[in-house]
Amino acid sequence: MTRETKSWQDIPIAGVCWKPATEYHTGDWRTFKPVYASEKCKKCLLCSMICPDAAIKWNETKEVVEFNYDFCKGCGICANECPGRAIQMIRESGE
Amino acid sequence: MTATTWKFTAKEIVEKPELFTSGHRACAGCGSAIALRQIMKATRGPTIVTNATGCMEVVSTIYPYTAWKVPWIHTAFENAAANASGIEAALKAMKKKGKLHESVDVIAFAGDGGTFDIGLQALSGAVERGHDFLYVLYDNEAYMNTGIQRSGGTPYGASTTTSPAGKVLLGKAQLKKPIADIMVAHEIPYAATASIAYWQDLVRKARKGLEVEGPAFLHVFSPCPRGWRYETNKTIEIARLATETCVFPLWEAKEGDYSLSPQSKIIAMKPERKKPVTDYLKTQGRFRHLFKGGAEHMLQDIQKIVDKRWSRLLRRIREGS
Repeated sequence: MTRETKSWQDIPIAGVCWKPATEYHTGDWRTFKPVYASEKCKKCLLCSMICPDAAIKWNETKEVVEFNYDFCKGCGICANECPGRAIQMIRESGE
Repeated sequence: MTATTWKFTAKEIVEKPELFTSGHRACAGCGSAIALRQIMKATRGPTIVTNATGCMEVVSTIYPYTAWKVPWIHTAFENAAANASGIEAALKAMKKKGKLHESVDVIAFAGDGGTFDIGLQALSGAVERGHDFLYVLYDNEAYMNTGIQRSGGTPYGASTTTSPAGKVLLGKAQLKKPIADIMVAHEIPYAATASIAYWQDLVRKARKGLEVEGPAFLHVFSPCPRGWRYETNKTIEIARLATETCVFPLWEAKEGDYSLSPQSKIIAMKPERKKPVTDYLKTQGRFRHLFKGGAEHMLQDIQKIVDKRWSRLLRRIREGS
């Protein structure tokens, strides 16, 4: 990360945040990764509602849930709660 | 559209745009982040959010990033409710002057430190003045973002960094303040307790709180994996256990009349379904010292406190009906 010096004139009034958090990817915090088996999915959408990071979305056309690995922190709540056991947590392959 | 007629489906809620977006920096498995996401799904139109200092303020707006897609104002620890009062009064004045023609909802978010301890007088004043806003307390039972210090919301026996379990003390020696009952005593139009484990119930209550005329108070139970010392994937499981053991019963009170929510009503009708409080305590590291032997009296005390508060709640409900 490059750090450039900024003067007070470059900071917005009242220090207002101006970048959407969606530009900051929290996915690299992850140790375990959720893997989805669509055939076991009961399509209850519970996983999507209880995801703290809004990283699980319903795909209307394919009728599956999709994980956004840019933001998933790998907490595993979805895998723990899934009534059909359609989500499994596996260790990220080390890079 | 009122809460009684607002019938939503899971799909409808899931497809609603995220007003509290991904990319916030809450810990993995954060219960409060789940609460905020779910509550922001219950909004009915333009909404202004004000946030007391606390976990959710810190994680959602780390400069220059913001996870909010609504106008959002950070305020000091003690005055989320005062700030919400000001916003609501300004909206009213703008309407009077003809500068604003639509209705705008105001939500104040604060943690347990900002509600039980520091923000209580601002909240009490705002409710007494009758401002039309929804106050959401996301309760993770200690000052989590500063390093797990005990608050008025920390339960009896819990070990925190300022009430550590050791040879002299076995965790916090005082009881958890019954904050929602304090708000009901203000004769607030709407007060409710909710849990992230039951999202339909939570979303419906948040919507009711927004629709009611005047102040509304929502106490949301939000487990914290860091501070309560459990694996990140157990957040919802522990929240559910809290309701099943009656540690955190779910109810709502309209104009001071209590009624139980379905998840707790089942336990009231079938008392054999009430789980022992140890089922809940043993899931968390902050109560670990109670299971090491020599603290059986504490476990009995906790069960007694829970039973006493539960029967008091049932009595209030019987009186109300």
